[in-house]
Amino acid sequence: MDAQKAQAYWKENISTIMLLLAVWFIVSYGCGILFVDLLDTIQFAGFKLGFWFAQQGSMYVFMILIFVYARRMNAIDEKYDVTE
Amino acid sequence: MDLQTLIYLFVGASFALYIGIAIWAKAASTKDFYVAGGGVHPVANGMATAADWMSAASFISLAGIVSLLGRDGAAYLMGWTGGYVLLAMLLAPYLRKFGKFTVPDFVGDRYYSDFARTVAVICVIFVSFTYVAGQMRGVGVVFSRFLQVDVNTGVIIGMCIVFFYAVLGGMKGITYTQVAQYCVLIVAFIVPAVFLSLQVTGEFLPQIGLGSAIAFDFDNGVQTIQQGTYLLTALDQTFNDLGFNIPYTEGRAGVWNTFLLCVALMAGTAGLPHVIVRFFTVPKVRDARISAGWALLFISLLYTSVPGVAAFARLNLIKNVQNNDYATWTAECSAEQESAISAMMASGADAAREPCAGNWFATWEKGGLIGWMDKNGDGKIQFANGAAFAGKPSFTGETGPSGERLMSNEPIAAPEGQAIENELYVDRDIIVLANPEIARLPNWVIALIAAGGLAAALSTAAGLLLVISASISHDLLGRVIYKDKETGKSKLTDSQELLAARGAAVVAIIVAGYLGINPPGFVAQVVAFAFGLAAASFFPVIINGIFDKRMNREGAIAGMLVGLIFTFVYIVLNVFVDNSGAYEMFNIKATGVGTIGMALHFIVAYVVSRATAAPPQEIQDMVEDIRIPRGAGDAHAH
Repeated sequence: MDAQKAQAYWKENISTIMLLLAVWFIVSYGCGILFVDLLDTIQFAGFKLGFWFAQQGSMYVFMILIFVYARRMNAIDEKYDVTE
Repeated sequence: MDLQTLIYLFVGASFALYIGIAIWAKAASTKDFYVAGGGVHPVANGMATAADWMSAASFISLAGIVSLLGRDGAAYLMGWTGGYVLLAMLLAPYLRKFGKFTVPDFVGDRYYSDFARTVAVICVIFVSFTYVAGQMRGVGVVFSRFLQVDVNTGVIIGMCIVFFYAVLGGMKGITYTQVAQYCVLIVAFIVPAVFLSLQVTGEFLPQIGLGSAIAFDFDNGVQTIQQGTYLLTALDQTFNDLGFNIPYTEGRAGVWNTFLLCVALMAGTAGLPHVIVRFFTVPKVRDARISAGWALLFISLLYTSVPGVAAFARLNLIKNVQNNDYATWTAECSAEQESAISAMMASGADAAREPCAGNWFATWEKGGLIGWMDKNGDGKIQFANGAAFAGKPSFTGETGPSGERLMSNEPIAAPEGQAIENELYVDRDIIVLANPEIARLPNWVIALIAAGGLAAALSTAAGLLLVISASISHDLLGRVIYKDKETGKSKLTDSQELLAARGAAVVAIIVAGYLGINPPGFVAQVVAFAFGLAAASFFPVIINGIFDKRMNREGAIAGMLVGLIFTFVYIVLNVFVDNSGAYEMFNIKATGVGTIGMALHFIVAYVVSRATAAPPQEIQDMVEDIRIPRGAGDAHAH
C-alpha cells in the first residue's frame, strides 16, 4: 500500500471519528451537564429534557454512535481496500 | 419452597454452570490463557465484556448512588457507558491490530523501553488490586446476607470458585463463564426492575416507567400526592416537603465537578486494562469495533434500567417506611399474619405497611446497614432530610422501648423549620438488595438477585485477576526479568510461561482474598484510584502511541510519571491526609482529579517529545501499520 493512499485512508478515518465524537460530546457533556438546566425547562411525558438526556438519552446515543462508526469504517476499509 | 432453599438452589445451579464451563474450556497454551486463542465471536465477546465490566458496584451500588444523588448520579451513568465510545473509536481496533496480549506489551513495544513497560506493569497491578478487593468484598456481603455465613467465609468461598475457573481456564475459561454470568446477572437485574416498574407506575419497562405517573396515592408524611402525578414530579415534591433542599431532578454537585468526574470515568473506563484486554480476544479489527458496540448494548440494558430502579426505590422507601410503628411493623410474622399479607397482595392491595410487613427492616438493622434512632420518642419511624446521627450505626447491644437496636452515635438535629426530623440511616448499598423485600416481591426474585450479585462480582474479579497474572508472568517475567539480552525475546518456553501465569493467578487470588477480608482504606476509593489513575496513565499513553507518530520514549515516560504522581498525591492528600477540602485546588474533588492528571500527561508528553529525538524509523513504521486493518492476523506472542 503506497504512502499517499495510507495517508488518505487515515485522514478519512480521523474525520469520521471527529464527527462522531462531536455528537458524543454534545449529547453527554452538552445536553447532560453544561446545558442541562436550560433543557430542563422543556418537559416531555414525565421527564424534564435535560434530566432525560443525563440519565437516559445519552446512553442510547452512545450505542447508536458505535454501530454507526463500525459500519462507516467497514465502508471506508472497502473503499481503500484495506479489509482483512 | 422457602427463601433459603431457593437461594441455595439458584446460587448452587449458577456455580455448577460456571465450573462446568471452566472444565469444558480449559486453556492449553499461553495464547488460550491470555487471549482465549484470539477466536471469540464479537457478540460473545460483547457479553463477556459486559460481565467483566459490570462489577458488584454496578449491580449492587449504582442504583443506590443514583437514588441518593438524584440527577448528579448521571455522571456515573454517562461516564461508565460513554467510555465505550472512546474505546471503540480510539483504542480497541488499533490495539487489536497491534496484536499482543497486554497493555504493558503495547507501552513497552511502542515506546521501545523496558522502564515504560515496568511503570505500566506496576500501574496495572495497583489499579487491578484496588478494584478486585472491592469485588471480593462484594462477594462476601452477598454471601453473608443471603447464605447466612460470615462475610469472611463468603470471601473464601468466592476465592475458591474464581480459583477454579481462572487458574484452570485462563482467558478462555473466563470468557465463556462471563457469557453465562452476563445472562444470569442481567436477568437478575431486569426481573425485579420490571416488577417494581409495574408496581409503582403500571408500566412494564423501567425506562418508560421513570417518565410515567404513579399508580397509587402516595403519602410522604407531609402530604398525600395524588395517583396520576408523574413519578419524578412526585419525588421532587416530596424532596421539597421533607427538606431535601434540592429536588430529585436537579443538580447539587455543580457543573465543574460533575464535568471532571464524568471525563475521568470515561477516560478511565477506556483505559482500564481488564476492559482493553477483552478486545485482544476477537479475530479481526472489524470485530473489535463492532464488539465494543455489542458490549455497550449489553451494558446499557442494565444501565438504562438503573435510573428507574433508583427512583422507584426512593419513592418506595419513603412510602413504606414513613410513620410506621416500629414495634408492630418490624415484628416477626405469625403464620396468620403471613397469610393475611399474602391474601392482601393476591387481591392487588398494598400490604407493605401492614403489621410485620417490615420484618426486612429488622434483618438489615442486624447487619448494621439500617439504623433507626427514635429521636422524638413516638415509636414511629420518620424519614426526612439530613443525617439522623453522626457516622455509621454503632450498636450498643441494648434495645430501646420499641425493640430497636440502640446506638451510641451522636444525634444530629434537623435544620430549623423542617417539618419532619430524620431518624433513619440507610446504607446506599442495600437499595438494590433490599428493594425486592421492601416491595415484597416473590421469594424466587430475591434468590435470583443473590445469584446475580455473585455473578457480577465474580466475573469482574476473574477478569481482573487474569490481567494481574498476565502482567506478572508475561510482562514482568517474560519480557523484563527472563529476557534474552541478544534476541530481546523471552527465555521461557510457552509451557513454562503458562505455568508461571497459573502460579501468578494463584498468588493474585490469595492477595485479593486477603484484601477483601482486611480491606485497606484505599479500597473504598475505587472510583478515585482505579479510574483516576487509568485516566491519567493508560488512556493518554495509548492514544499518543496511536495518533501521534512523533511521540517518543522520553515524552511517554515523562507524561506517565507526571500524570500518575500528580493524581496519586492529590487523592492521598484529599482523602487520607485531610478530607475537609483544605488541600483542594480550584475546588476539584479527588474523584475527578484524574481528568487534570490526564491533561497534564498530554501536555508534558507533547512538550518533552518535541524537545527530544524522534522515535526510530521502525517504531514509526509500526505506528503506520497499526493504523491499517489489513494483516492483523492472530494475536501473536513475540
